[in-house]
Amino acid sequence: MLRAIYDWVDERLDITPLWRDVADHEVPEHVNPAHHFSAFIYCFGGLTFFVVVIQILSGMFLAMYYVPDIVNAHASVAYLQSEVAMGAIVRGMHHWGASVAIVMLFLHTLRVFFTGSYKHPREFNWLVGMLIFGVMLGLGFTGYLLPWDNKAYFATKVGVQIAASVPVLGPYIASFLQGGDIVGAQTLARFFALHVFFLPAALLALLGVHFILIRRQGISGPL
Amino acid sequence: MAHHSNGNDKQVHYVGDSRVRADRKKLYPKDYAEFPGKTEAFFPDFLLKEWMVAAVFLVGFMTLVMSEEPPLGELADPTNTSFLPVPDWYFLFLYQLLKYKWASGPFVVIGTVLLPGIAFLALMLVPWLDRSKERRPLKRPMATGIMIVTLIAICALTWAAEYQHELQSESVPGRKPNDTTVIGLNEQGYRIYQKNACIKCHGDHLQGLNGPSLLGVGNRLTHDQINHIIDHGRGAMPAGMFQGSPAEKQVLINWLLQQKQK
Repeated sequence: MLRAIYDWVDERLDITPLWRDVADHEVPEHVNPAHHFSAFIYCFGGLTFFVVVIQILSGMFLAMYYVPDIVNAHASVAYLQSEVAMGAIVRGMHHWGASVAIVMLFLHTLRVFFTGSYKHPREFNWLVGMLIFGVMLGLGFTGYLLPWDNKAYFATKVGVQIAASVPVLGPYIASFLQGGDIVGAQTLARFFALHVFFLPAALLALLGVHFILIRRQGISGPL
Repeated sequence: MAHHSNGNDKQVHYVGDSRVRADRKKLYPKDYAEFPGKTEAFFPDFLLKEWMVAAVFLVGFMTLVMSEEPPLGELADPTNTSFLPVPDWYFLFLYQLLKYKWASGPFVVIGTVLLPGIAFLALMLVPWLDRSKERRPLKRPMATGIMIVTLIAICALTWAAEYQHELQSESVPGRKPNDTTVIGLNEQGYRIYQKNACIKCHGDHLQGLNGPSLLGVGNRLTHDQINHIIDHGRGAMPAGMFQGSPAEKQVLINWLLQQKQK
């Protein structure tokens, strides 16, 4: 039955090559932890993606309760954490996942660096990876403000002040981040939009490029 | 399934169509014949093993999530002047940089733009800075060395930032204990406390004025720690505030240790 449905769709849309291309590509022995335990260092990239998936899923559920305005933001997070079933777990996954994502990303970067995997012909993918790193830090910075507690507020205030002290561009960066002259209602709305729409979109696009390049170039060979 | 065996068992072959060339070949994955050893297909062979790594990771991660509730502080209050701002831990090293004299004040550009800019730009351009074919880390000591030094610097800066933040948050007026009666107001210890500068910042009832409250200090600090703070100061407190004799200092410390208000 399932087979018949699949064949019916495949006959019209020719979907088999799409997934067979991903499924059949060969994974070399030197990156396979089942053959060499030390190859677990090659898992950091995949685990980073795994954490990103956790972040996206937990974030979608947080968005069901979170209210991005300065009057209700803190109360909605407090409600989510203390009243909603499993709320503390979902917020915990998102909160700790942010740190774990940075750690895994850092380890993955170090693996690529120390195995010299950024060398010819993979220079471009290293660049894409650095952009992903930047976007992830941006996600961390914007997400930190959203609970709207003292820690969030003053960390963002200091962050914006530091950005504002940059010569020439500083004032423009600061007013772009704040959406006004102070860290306030506009800033929260802006950080929320950046955190859930702009930056995730950029992240997914960059991840897409990152993975396509890996598939085209293959994993770097053994040392 | 005999796909692409001949183009005629499909309704879609797009021949004569502008979308796909009629002679388009199937995209065959690159084979790893150049690497000796056991290669295997990504799915299902490899992915089902790889998933075990993810499962172990997930168990560790969920253990962390369930044992530590995510913190939520009090509602943001822009008029709160005593709150010590601190960024998330992965920005601490950049934050710490700005506390050094050579990277703050008139030289703040060094801390905000120059050093981080050079570091991130160099990291971006690594493939063009390190152009040799050699990939083994020990055979390219320059790249490896610079990276290790950078890592040590980042760890040291992060540690210093964390350490200073803890020191600072200790010298900020903390929460008052419920019991605010000072123990031994008639003892010699209190007279020494009055006679010296202590009373000006810590208050006549240890309640804390410019400095932190010393109520309950006996619960928090040991004899040696108090001795060290009196000699060397801490946070905003300068060294050498105590002008009495060593014997008087001992009396003062013992009197402070009695202050175990909760």
